[in-house]
Amino acid sequence: MLTSYLAIVPEIMLIVLAAIVLVYGRHPEGDRKRAVGLFTSWGILVVLLVTIGMSFAGVPGNVPEDLWGGMFRNDGVTLVFRVMFLSAALITSLITVDVKRLQHGEYFALVLLATVGFNLMAAASDIIMIYMALETASISFYILAGFATDHRRSPEAGMKYFVYGAFASGVMLYGLSFLYGLSGGETNIYALGDALSGHIQANSPILMLAAVFVIGGFAFKVSAVPFHFWSPDVYEGAPISTTAILSTASKAAGFSIFLRLFLAGAMGAPSRDNWWVLIVVMSILSMLLGNFAAIYQTNFKRMLAYSGVAQAGYILIGLAAFSDEGASSAIFYLFMYVFTNIAAFGVLILVSNVTGSDELSDLNGLSRRSPYLALVMLFALLSLSGIPPAAGFFGKFFIFRAAIDAGYWWLALIGVLNAFVALYYYFNVIKYIYLFRSDEEDKPIPVSRASAVALGLCMVGILYLGILPQGLFNWTQSVASAFLP
Amino acid sequence: MIESGFPFLSVITISPIVAAIIMLLMPKERGTEVKVLALGTMILGLVLSAYVYFGYLGNLPPADALWADKLAFVEEYNWIPSIGFGYIAGVDGMSATLVFLTALVGLGGTLISWGITDRTREFYAFFMLLVAGVHGVFIAVDGLMLFFFYELAVLPMYVMIVIWGWKSRREYAAMKLTLYLLIGSFVSIIAFLVLYFQMDTLGVTRTFDLRVWSELQFPFETQVIWFMPMFMGFIVLAGMFPFHNWSPDGHVAAPTAVSMIHAGVLMKLGAYAAMRMGVQMLPEGTVYWMPFVIILTTINVVYGALIAMRQNDMKYMIGYSSVSHMGLVAMGFATMTLNGFVGAGIQMVSHGIMTALFFTIVGIIYDRAHSRDMTVLSGMMKPLPWAMVAFSISSLVSMGMPGFSGFIAEFPIFMGIWEGNALNFGPTPNTFLGLNPAAFYDIVALLSVLGIVLTAAYLLRAITSVFFGEYNPKEWEDMRPILPIDKVVIVLFIVCMVAIGMFPNVIAPIVESGVQPVAARVNEAMANTQNMQTVSDSAGQAVSGLIRFLSGS
Repeated sequence: MLTSYLAIVPEIMLIVLAAIVLVYGRHPEGDRKRAVGLFTSWGILVVLLVTIGMSFAGVPGNVPEDLWGGMFRNDGVTLVFRVMFLSAALITSLITVDVKRLQHGEYFALVLLATVGFNLMAAASDIIMIYMALETASISFYILAGFATDHRRSPEAGMKYFVYGAFASGVMLYGLSFLYGLSGGETNIYALGDALSGHIQANSPILMLAAVFVIGGFAFKVSAVPFHFWSPDVYEGAPISTTAILSTASKAAGFSIFLRLFLAGAMGAPSRDNWWVLIVVMSILSMLLGNFAAIYQTNFKRMLAYSGVAQAGYILIGLAAFSDEGASSAIFYLFMYVFTNIAAFGVLILVSNVTGSDELSDLNGLSRRSPYLALVMLFALLSLSGIPPAAGFFGKFFIFRAAIDAGYWWLALIGVLNAFVALYYYFNVIKYIYLFRSDEEDKPIPVSRASAVALGLCMVGILYLGILPQGLFNWTQSVASAFLP
Repeated sequence: MIESGFPFLSVITISPIVAAIIMLLMPKERGTEVKVLALGTMILGLVLSAYVYFGYLGNLPPADALWADKLAFVEEYNWIPSIGFGYIAGVDGMSATLVFLTALVGLGGTLISWGITDRTREFYAFFMLLVAGVHGVFIAVDGLMLFFFYELAVLPMYVMIVIWGWKSRREYAAMKLTLYLLIGSFVSIIAFLVLYFQMDTLGVTRTFDLRVWSELQFPFETQVIWFMPMFMGFIVLAGMFPFHNWSPDGHVAAPTAVSMIHAGVLMKLGAYAAMRMGVQMLPEGTVYWMPFVIILTTINVVYGALIAMRQNDMKYMIGYSSVSHMGLVAMGFATMTLNGFVGAGIQMVSHGIMTALFFTIVGIIYDRAHSRDMTVLSGMMKPLPWAMVAFSISSLVSMGMPGFSGFIAEFPIFMGIWEGNALNFGPTPNTFLGLNPAAFYDIVALLSVLGIVLTAAYLLRAITSVFFGEYNPKEWEDMRPILPIDKVVIVLFIVCMVAIGMFPNVIAPIVESGVQPVAARVNEAMANTQNMQTVSDSAGQAVSGLIRFLSGS
C-alpha cells in the first residue's frame, strides 16, 4: 500500500500546492502580486527536487511497477517525463512572475493542475486513465488559453481550443471504446495487445478504424498534420506563458501516451498495411507543411506554431522507427525541445511586455535593447534549427540515426532536407534581432531576476545537452525499454 | 611522429575563441585594449603555429607511412563515445602549413584593421571567431569536428560583411555568400552522414574518426554516387566553376581584413576540406570523376582570367583573379598525380599570401583615394610608392615568375598535368562520360598555361593605369602616406613569398609529406578500378622531357 502512495507523491504535492496557491493568491494586491508566481516557482522546485531525490532512493525502481489496479505505471519513463514537465512548469512560472495580466492565483493553480495531468498521462497504463489524465490537462488549458479576458483574441483562442479539443477527445474516446470492445473488455494497454491478437487480425478494417480515431486524438494533442489547424490560432491568441507550456509540455505529454500505447503493442505490431503507415504519412506531412508554412509568417508566435508542427513531424520519425532507440531519441528530442522552445517564448514574453505585441518586427534591434535576451534567442534558434553547439543538433542526429538503423533511411533523408528548409526562417529571425534597427533601440528591455534565472536555466540546458548529450541520452535509452511490455 | 605534452593545436584554435568572449565582455569604450588583445592572440597563434610548422618540417615522417602515422601533435579526447565522436586534433604536413598560413594572414588582418572605429569590439570578436573556425578545420581529425569548425568559419563572414562591408552591395553579397556556402556544406554533410551510416556494412564500428576513414574502402558505386556531393559541396568555397559567382561579390563587399582572410585562407578551407573529405576518403570516386572535374577547372582558370580582364574595379579584378588561381588548386587535385597535389598544396599557400597582399594594397588605396576604379586612379606611384612595389611583386607572384612562390606552386601543377597525360585508362575508361586522361590532359595543360598569359595581361594593365600615368595632386588633396603598421604587413608578406620562391625547401618537403598519403590512395584506386595501359604518348613525353631539361633535372 505504501508503495502505491509513494509512487504518486509528486502529484499529491502538486495538488496541495495548487490548493495553497489558489487560496493564497486570491485577489493579490501590491507586493503580493509577484509573490504568487514566486511562491509557485519555489513550490515546483521543491516538487522537482523531491522527485529526483526519490528516484535516487529507488522510487521508481528498475522494474516497472503497476499500481492502483493497473491504472498507474511507475517506471523510468514516468520519471523522465515528470522531470521534463516539472522543469517546463518551473521555467514558465518563473518567467510569468512579471506578466501583469497573469498575476493571479488561479493562473498558477491551473498550470499546476495541468502539470498533474501531464504527469498522469506519462504514467497512465490504462485507457481509462489515459482519457482521465488527458482531460485533466486539457480542461486546465482551455481556461489557461482564454485567461487574458481583456484581450479580444485570448477568449477566442480558449473557445477555439475548447471546441476542437472536445471534439478530438470525443473521437479518441470513440476509438478507445472500439479497442475495449474488440479485445473483449480489456482496458490495460499492456494486456490489450495480447487480447487483440487472439481475436482479430492486425490489419482488419475495424482495428484500422479504431487506430485512425485514436491517432487523430493524439495528433491533435501534438499538433501534427492534418490535426494541426488549431495551433497557429490558439498559440497566437493565448497568453504567451500559456503558449510556452502548451507548445512544449503538452506536446511532450501527448507523445508520452503515443509512445506508450503503440510501443506496448496495444494495436499490434507495425506493418506496411496498418496504422504505421498513418504515422509515417503524418510525420512527412507535418514536416513539409510546418516548415513551408512557417516561412510566410510575420507573427512570431504563428511562426513558432508552424515550427512546432514541423518539430512534431521530426519526433514522429522516432516513433515510426518503432525501436528502443527511436523511443529514446524521441524522449531526448522532447527534453531538449522543452528548454529550447520555452527559451524562445520566454524572450518573447519579456519583449512583448514592453512592446505590447508579438510580431516579428518587434524583435528589431533586440541585440541593442537587451544583449542577454538576444543571446538567449540566438541559442534557442540555433537549437531549433539543429546547429551545433546547441542541443537541437544531437536531438535531430539521434532521431535520424534511429530511423536509419530501423531501415527507414528515406524517412531520415526527408527529415534532413526539411531541416534545411527550416534554416531559412530561423535565420531570418536572427536577422531581425541582430541586423535590423528600430526607432526604440535606445530603450532597454527590463529583465527581472526571476526571468533572467529562468532564461539562464534554458540556456544552460540547451548548451549542456548540445555539448554533453551522452548523459541524458544514456538515461533515456535505459528507460526506453520500459515502454515495452 | 611528434608527441608533446602541451596542447599546441588546441591552444592555437581555442585561444581566439576565448579572446572573442573576453572582448565581448569588455566595455564598449575600450577599443585600444580590444585591439591589443587581438594582436596578442594572433602573435601567440603565429608563434605556436611556427613552432608546429618547423617542428614538423624538421622531423618529417617516412614518405610511405600511413596518414594516421603521419599525424603529429595529436590530442584525443572521447566526447560522445556511443556515436564515435571525439575531439581529435592533429596535423599532417599539409595542415601544418595551412595552420601557419592562417596565423600569418590573421596577424596581417589584425594589423591592417587597426584604424577601424565602427564597433571595434564586435569587429575583432567576430574576426577572432573566423580565425578560430579556420584553424579548427585544419587541425580536425574528426569529421564532425571538421564540419563544426567549418560552419563556425562561414557564419561570422555574413555578419562581418553585412555590418562593416561596402555599403551599396553588402546585404546582397553577404546573403549570396552565405547561401552558396551553407547549401554547399549541407550537401557535403548529407554525403558524409550517408557514408557514416554505411560504415557498419563494411564491418567497421561507426565513427567520425578520420584516421579510420582514411583506410576504408567504400564500394565503388557508393563512392561514385557520393563523391560529387562531398567534393563539390566543399569546393564551392574554393570558387569552383560553375559555383564561383558568390566569391567576387563577397570579396568586393567585405572590409579589407575580411577580404584578406576570405581570399587568403577561407577559400583554401574549401580546397583543403574537399581534398581531405572528398579525395582522400573516396579515392575511387575521385578517379571516376576527376577527368570531368579537370574540365571545370580549366574553365575556371581561363574564364576567370578573361572576366578579370574586363573589370575596372580593382577588387573585382582581384576577386576574379582569385577564382582563376583557385582553379589551379583544384586542377592540381584533378591531375591525380603526386606532383599535381604538391603543386596544389603550395599554390594554396602562395595564393593565400599573394591575395592577402593584393587586398591589403587595394584597401590602402581605397582608404586614401576613395576609389577603386582603374579608369579614375592614376599616378599612384607618387604618393604611395610602397603600394606600387608591393602590388608589382604580388603581380609577379601571380604570373608565376621564377624566384617567387607562384612559380614553385604553378610549375608542379603543370608538370602534374603532363604526367597525367600518361595515365591511359584503356579503350573503355571507367570514368564519367568515359573520359580518358591520356586523351585530353595535354590540351588542358596548354589552355591553362594560357591562363598565365591572361593573368600577366590584366595585372600589367592594372599596374599601368593605377600606378603610372599623371598624378593630379589637386584631385587627391587628402592623400595620406602609408602607415608604418601597413608597411610591417607588406614586408611580412613579401618576405614569405620571396623566401618560398628562393628556398623551396622550406615548404616543398612538408607539403609533399602531407599529400603523399592522398596521392597514394588515389594511385591505388586507379589500379583497382581502371584497366591501365601504358602507351607511348610521344608528344607528351617530348614536352615533359623538355620541361625536365629546362628545369635542370
